[in-house]
Amino acid sequence: MVLLEARGLVRKPVISDFDLTLDAGELVVLVGPSGSGKTLLLRALADLDPVDAGQRIFDGVACEDTDPQTWRRRVRYVHQRAPRLAATVYESLERVRSAVPAGTFAAHGADVPAGLDVGQRTADLSGGEAQKLALFIALRTGARVLLLDEPTSALDAASSAEAERAVRDYVDAGNAALWVSHDEQLAERFGARVRRLS
Amino acid sequence: MTTALALANAPPLTNVDLALAAVLILVNAAVSVAFQLGLGRRLVVASLRAALQLALLGLVLGWVFARDQPLVVLGLGVAMGLVAGWEAVRRATRRAPGLLPAAMGVMVASSLGVTTYCLLLSVDATPWWNPQTSIPILGMVLGNALNGVSLGLETALAGFDEQRERVEALLALGASRADATREVVQRAVRTGMIPIVNSMLAVGVISIPGMMTGQILAGEDPAAAARYQLFILFAIAGGVALGTTGVVLATRRLLFDERDRLRLDRLRRLSGAD
Repeated sequence: MVLLEARGLVRKPVISDFDLTLDAGELVVLVGPSGSGKTLLLRALADLDPVDAGQRIFDGVACEDTDPQTWRRRVRYVHQRAPRLAATVYESLERVRSAVPAGTFAAHGADVPAGLDVGQRTADLSGGEAQKLALFIALRTGARVLLLDEPTSALDAASSAEAERAVRDYVDAGNAALWVSHDEQLAERFGARVRRLS
Repeated sequence: MTTALALANAPPLTNVDLALAAVLILVNAAVSVAFQLGLGRRLVVASLRAALQLALLGLVLGWVFARDQPLVVLGLGVAMGLVAGWEAVRRATRRAPGLLPAAMGVMVASSLGVTTYCLLLSVDATPWWNPQTSIPILGMVLGNALNGVSLGLETALAGFDEQRERVEALLALGASRADATREVVQRAVRTGMIPIVNSMLAVGVISIPGMMTGQILAGEDPAAAARYQLFILFAIAGGVALGTTGVVLATRRLLFDERDRLRLDRLRRLSGAD
C-alpha cells in the first residue's frame, strides 16, 4: 500500500521532476552531495515550503486537498539540528503535548529518552542529546511518514544503532520513513532502497 | 477645561527666551566634543529639525484650528497616523512586502479609534471633534503608540526570523499557526508594551509628564492637571496595546501563507539586522 507519493515535484532551482513512492513498512534512504536539495525536498514533502509544480499525495489524497495541520501530522519533517522547544526537557515534552491533539502524544510525564533527565535544561543539551529528544518525540506523535534529515548525525555509535532500531520498529509497524544520510551502509543495514539526488 | 484654554493664561515665550534655552544645546555639543562622540553634526541637524518641525506644526495647527472643519481635522489625524506608520517601518531592520500599508493601517485605526473613544465618552468638548482638543490627544496617543508599535514590530520580525526552526518544528508537529508562533507573538507584544507600563509606574514619583507640566506652567490647578494626565495615560496605554498587538499580528499574517507556511523568503534584512 502506497503511503506517500511524489509526482513530478519541482522546487526551483534545485529540484526538478522528482518522483517517489513510499509504501507502508518501507524505509528509503536519500543520498546526495551537499546542495543537491535533500533538505529542500523533505521540507517540500512536509509542506513546510511551497512547490513550483508537481503533486504530493498521502494515501490517495493530494496535499492541497488536505488541511495543512492534518498533512504535517501525517507526514512529519524532523530537523537535523533539533531546535529547543522550551527551557527544560520536561517543558519541551509538555509543549509538544499542547501542540498535538489530546491523547496523540504517546509519552508519559517522566518518560524521556535514555540518558536524558526530565529537569535538564535544553540549552545544556549536546547536539546528540537534542537529536535523541527530537527523534523520541517524532516517533511518538502519530505520524505515518517520517522525513528524517540526518537524524543521527550528532550521535555516537551506540546511540546511533539504538536510533536505527527504533526507526526500524516504527517502519515495521506499518509506517514509512525517508531518511537523509551520508552513510552509504545505512541502506544495507536496513535492506532499504536508496534514492540518489545529484 | 481644555489644554488650550489653560495655555491661554501661560506667560508667553519671546524669541530671546528661546535663544537662551538654545544655549543649553551647547552642553550637548560640549559633551560630544569632550568624549569625541562625533555627534556634533547630528546635534545641529536634530536641533534645527526640531525647531523647523515644531514651527511647521504651529503653522499647520493654526490653519486647522482656523478652519474648524471635521473633515480637515480627520484629514490631519489620518495624515499623522500614516506618518507614524511609516516611521515605525523605517526604524525596523527587516522589511516584508505589505508591511508599510499594514503598519500605517494599524497606526491610524488604533490611535484614531482610541482618541475618538476618549472624545466621545470622556472629554466635554463642543463639538466633540474640536481640533484644539482632539489633535493634541491624538498626537500624544500616536507618539507613544509609535514607540510600542516600533518595538513590537522589530521584535516580531526578529523573532520569526531567528526562531524559524522552533516555529517550524511546532508546525511540523501539526500545530496551528497561532500555536506555533505563540512564544514569538507573546514576546513581541510584551516588548512593545513594557515602556508604557514602566512609565505608568514611574509617573508622578520619578517623572512629571510633559502635558501636566504644561498645564501647571499655564496656571492650571495641579489636581485637575493630574486628572487630565491620568486620563491621557489611559488613552495612551490603550493606543499602545491596540497598536502593538495589531502590528504584531499583521506581521505574522504577512510572513505566513495560506497553508500556514513560514515564508521567510518574503523577508528582506537590512544592514543592522543580526
